[in-house]
Amino acid sequence: MRRALTLVRRRAISAIPVLLIVVVATFLMLEAAPGDAVDAYLLSSGGGDAALAASLRAQYGLDQSLLSRLLLYITALGRLDLGWSVAFERPVLALIAERLPTTLLLMGSATALSFGLGSLLGVVAGGRPGSFRDRVLSIGALTLYAIPGFWLGLVLVLVFSVSLRWLPIAGIETIASGKHGLARAVDIARHLALPVAALGFIYLALFLRVMRSAMAEIWRQDFVLAARAKGLTRRRIVWRHVARAALLPVVTVLGLQSAGMLGGSVVIESVFAIPGFGRLAQEAVAGRDAPLLIGIILTSAVLVILVNLVVDLLYAVLDPRIGASEGAA
Amino acid sequence: MSFLRRLMSIPTGAVGLVLLAAIAAAALLAPWLFPGDPLRIAGPALLPPFSDPALPLGTDRLGRDVLAGLFHGARTSLIVGLAAAAASILVGSVVGTIAGFAGKLVDEALMRVVDAFQIVPGFLLALAFVSVAGGSLTTVIIAIALSSWAQPARLVRAEVLSIRERDYVAAARVIGMHPLEIAFKEILPNALPPVLALAAVIVAAAILTEAALSFLGLGDPNVVTWGSMISEGRNVLRAAPFLSVIPGIGLVVAVLAVYLVSEAAGEALGRGGQR
Repeated sequence: MRRALTLVRRRAISAIPVLLIVVVATFLMLEAAPGDAVDAYLLSSGGGDAALAASLRAQYGLDQSLLSRLLLYITALGRLDLGWSVAFERPVLALIAERLPTTLLLMGSATALSFGLGSLLGVVAGGRPGSFRDRVLSIGALTLYAIPGFWLGLVLVLVFSVSLRWLPIAGIETIASGKHGLARAVDIARHLALPVAALGFIYLALFLRVMRSAMAEIWRQDFVLAARAKGLTRRRIVWRHVARAALLPVVTVLGLQSAGMLGGSVVIESVFAIPGFGRLAQEAVAGRDAPLLIGIILTSAVLVILVNLVVDLLYAVLDPRIGASEGAA
Repeated sequence: MSFLRRLMSIPTGAVGLVLLAAIAAAALLAPWLFPGDPLRIAGPALLPPFSDPALPLGTDRLGRDVLAGLFHGARTSLIVGLAAAAASILVGSVVGTIAGFAGKLVDEALMRVVDAFQIVPGFLLALAFVSVAGGSLTTVIIAIALSSWAQPARLVRAEVLSIRERDYVAAARVIGMHPLEIAFKEILPNALPPVLALAAVIVAAAILTEAALSFLGLGDPNVVTWGSMISEGRNVLRAAPFLSVIPGIGLVVAVLAVYLVSEAAGEALGRGGQR
C-alpha cells in the first residue's frame, strides 16, 4: 500500500511539467490560427460591425497580449477553471463533465471487449505457436487490425441496422422514451453495441497479437521445460504457466492504447452520432472554440495519465518483482 | 535482391508485396488511366456498379466516377502515408539523437516534450492542427507527423544511449570530431535499423489517420481521398452502400499489405525484433 502511494505521488509530480507543456503548446498552436472565436461567432450569428467585434473581444479578454492571456489561463487552471466556451456559451469544465461519462462508458466497454476476447483468443493462438489455428487467428487479427474503425462502424450499421434491423442506427438512447432502470440500461446497451464493436475490434486484434507473441516467447523458457518435465498436462501449462506470464506485456499495452482509443472515439462518436467527449472535440473544431479545444486536449492528457497510473498499479499487483521505482511517465 | 527473394518465399510476404505493388501501380498510373480531374462529373448520378462498361464501379451522388476516385485516392493515401512517416522519423531521429547524445538537462527537457506528445491522443492533436492550419495535403502531412514523431524519438534515444559508450565513439572523440558530427555521422546511422522496422507501422497508421481526418471533412477538399469518398457515400448509405464500402476495401487492402510486408520482413531478418 505504501509502495502504491509512493507511485501515485511520484506520478503526480512528474505529470505537472508534462501537462504544462501540453497547455503551452496547444495554446500557441491555436493562437497561430487566423481568426478567433469572435470571428466564428459573428459569422454564425449573421455578422456585426467592428465596434461589436471589439466589445466582444474585450469581454472575452481577447484584446490582451498573448503572454498575459497565457498566464491568466494557467492561473485559472490552478483553480480548476478551464475557461468559457464561446460556441456553447457555457463553462468548459461543465461541458466536458457532461460529455465525458458517455465516452468513458463507450471506451470502458470497448476495452473490456477487446481485452477480454483478445487475450482469450491470444491464448488459443499462442497455445500452439505455428499450428493451423494459430496461423488463421494471426492472419485474421492482422486483417482486423488493418480495418479503419469508422468504416467498420458503417459496415456494421449496414448489416445490423439497415439490413437486419436488429439494432438502432445511431444515438446513445431512444429520445424521450420515458424508460427507467433496467429498461433504460438495455436501451443504452442496444445503442452502444455497434459503436463498442467498431471501436473495440481493432484493439481486440492488438491484444490477440501481443498475447500470442508473448506466449510464443515464453514457450522457449526454462520454467516451461521444468513444468513439462514435472508431467503437467498441456492445458495446465498453457493456462497456469505460459498465459499467466504472458499477461504482463498485454497489460502494458492496455495502458499504451488508451490514448489511441480516446482519439478513435472522436470518429466513432461522429459515425454513430453519440453526444460524447469525442463529438465535443469535433464541435469545438467546427466552432473555432479555442478554450474548449484546449480544455479537451488537457482533459484527455490527464485521462491518459490516469489510465497509465492504474495500469502501473495493476502491474505491481500482477508481478511482485516490480517495485514502484520502475517505469517512467 | 536476396532479401526480396527471401521475402517472396514467405507466403504472407508474397501476398503483401503483390498487394502493395498493385496499389503502388494504381497510384502511379492514375493520371494516365484516368486523366483529368477525378472530381468532375462523369455520368448520371448514383449509377450502380457493373451497369455501364465506361463507368465499371458506377458513380456517386454527383455523378463522379468511383473507379477514377479509387485510383486517385490510392495516390493520395500513399503520398500522405509515406511523406508523413518520413517526416515523423526524420524529426524523431533528430530529437532522439540530440536527447540521447547531449544527456543531462537537454535530454530531460526534450523527453518531457516527447512525453507531452505521447500523452495527448495523436488523432486529437492532428484534428486540432488541421483545424488551425486549414485543410491541404501539406497540413495533413504535418499534422500526422506531429502526432507520430514521439515514438521514433523515444526509440532512437534508447539506441543512442546504448551506442554512445561504444569504443568507436570514444575513438571519434579522441581524434577531435565535432560532437554534432559524432552524433549524426557516427551514432545516428547505427541507431536507425530498429526505427526503420517501425517505419511500416507508422506508414500504416498515417494512412488510417489521413482517412479518418478526411472522413470528418478536414482533409484537402480539392483532392480525392478514400476517407472523403466514404464520407460522401455515407449520405446515401441506404440507397447506395457500395459508395462507402468500395473505398473502405481499398483502405483495408493498402494497410493490410503494409502490415503483411512488415511482418514478413521481420521474419526474413531473423526471429524477434518485431512485435
